[in-house]
Amino acid sequence: MAVKVYGKPQAVCPQRVMHCLVEKGVPFEFVLVDIDAMEQKRPEYMEKHPFGQVPFIADGDFELFESRAIVRYFAAKYADRGPNLLGRTAEERAKVEQWLDVEAISYSPCAFTIVFNLFLLPIRGLPGNKGEAVAAMEKLDKVLEVYEKQLSRTKYLAGDEFTLADLTHIPVTRYIVEHCGLAYLLDDKPHAKAWWEDVSRRPAWKKVMSFVASGASFYSP
Amino acid sequence: MAVKVYGAAMSTATVRVLLCLEEMGAEYELVPIDFSTGEHKSPPHVARNPFGQVPAFEDGDLMLFESRAISRYVLRKYKSSGPDLLREGSLEESAMVDVWLEVEAQQYDKAISAIYIETVIKPVFFGGVPDEKVVAESAAKLGKVLDVYEARLSKSKYLAGDFLSFADLSHIPYTHHIVAGPQASLFESRPHVKAWWESLASRPAYKKVTTGTPTS
Repeated sequence: MAVKVYGKPQAVCPQRVMHCLVEKGVPFEFVLVDIDAMEQKRPEYMEKHPFGQVPFIADGDFELFESRAIVRYFAAKYADRGPNLLGRTAEERAKVEQWLDVEAISYSPCAFTIVFNLFLLPIRGLPGNKGEAVAAMEKLDKVLEVYEKQLSRTKYLAGDEFTLADLTHIPVTRYIVEHCGLAYLLDDKPHAKAWWEDVSRRPAWKKVMSFVASGASFYSP
Repeated sequence: MAVKVYGAAMSTATVRVLLCLEEMGAEYELVPIDFSTGEHKSPPHVARNPFGQVPAFEDGDLMLFESRAISRYVLRKYKSSGPDLLREGSLEESAMVDVWLEVEAQQYDKAISAIYIETVIKPVFFGGVPDEKVVAESAAKLGKVLDVYEARLSKSKYLAGDFLSFADLSHIPYTHHIVAGPQASLFESRPHVKAWWESLASRPAYKKVTTGTPTS
């Protein structure tokens, strides 16, 4: 039975999950949850996801929420195929988890605030809070300085191989760069810029973008 | 060689790591970082934690930051000398541990840390006064999260399943402070949450690590 991913395909967290599945060559069905109509807050959905968010996945009978828990699960389940996303030693694994937590705690909150105010609200015809966006941009810029230092020492965040730590950054960074006009944040950070260009050109990520654009429901590797 | 934790007693993130070391009976050295002199932003410490935060963790050549990543490393390293808190022998059980660790970091933390900052950090370290509006809003948010926990804990003994895991323990650092104050009622009024908390607070590692913290 195929994996089912519930969410909206344009949303960042479901994209994170889809990217992991595509990297591992795992087919899935994408089931639309209409977050614009707040379907994720309806009782039927909240029976499955008690916080009323997307994504939610079903792998046969096994159900999960929280995109970072979901990608860890698939990276472990399919450790024997596709790229090694979790590191090869205890030390490498710890570095992957360190940067996963940095993304969750320091990177994405700023990035989401920017995307919310400069993209999501405006496309709904609502005014974004410029002050909040600017404050978040300044924070993100400082975070990216730390990334620049790390990426001048290693090709990817956790070492010299692409791992989950890089993967979880991609969907929201694409929104920042392509929809919020903030590509310039990388201009004075040559290593971070090179890293972004590398990870965003991964064939698996390109397949996710094609899948989202196609509006298809089923993905087959 | 004993591992080193660079941190501070008032730092809930430092306490998270110490809890895991104590649970596993590991030998460690706690190297205090003095926030009052800005030591956390000094070049030697920034070399350990590039965000100038605590904790940082050293095991030989390995330097780590982010308390949950450090904790996971510790729980694996000392696996044979303590309880199985990550359940990595089972794909599904370890996934459930990851789910509730994400919930703790994303949902629980956001609400409870604001209460901690207003009611403990501000008065104790800055001689300030809590912003009651922020406290009230955060308490309301935390209440909503605890409603989900109450429902969950009425179905399973612990968060990830019927087994204690790191997902439960990760809640201890902030909760320890909050149940010492008026927001304790948020926990007292939810019977399964209350029983869950009392079970965590009865652990020897908890008592050892929380003695000497601001609200102990």
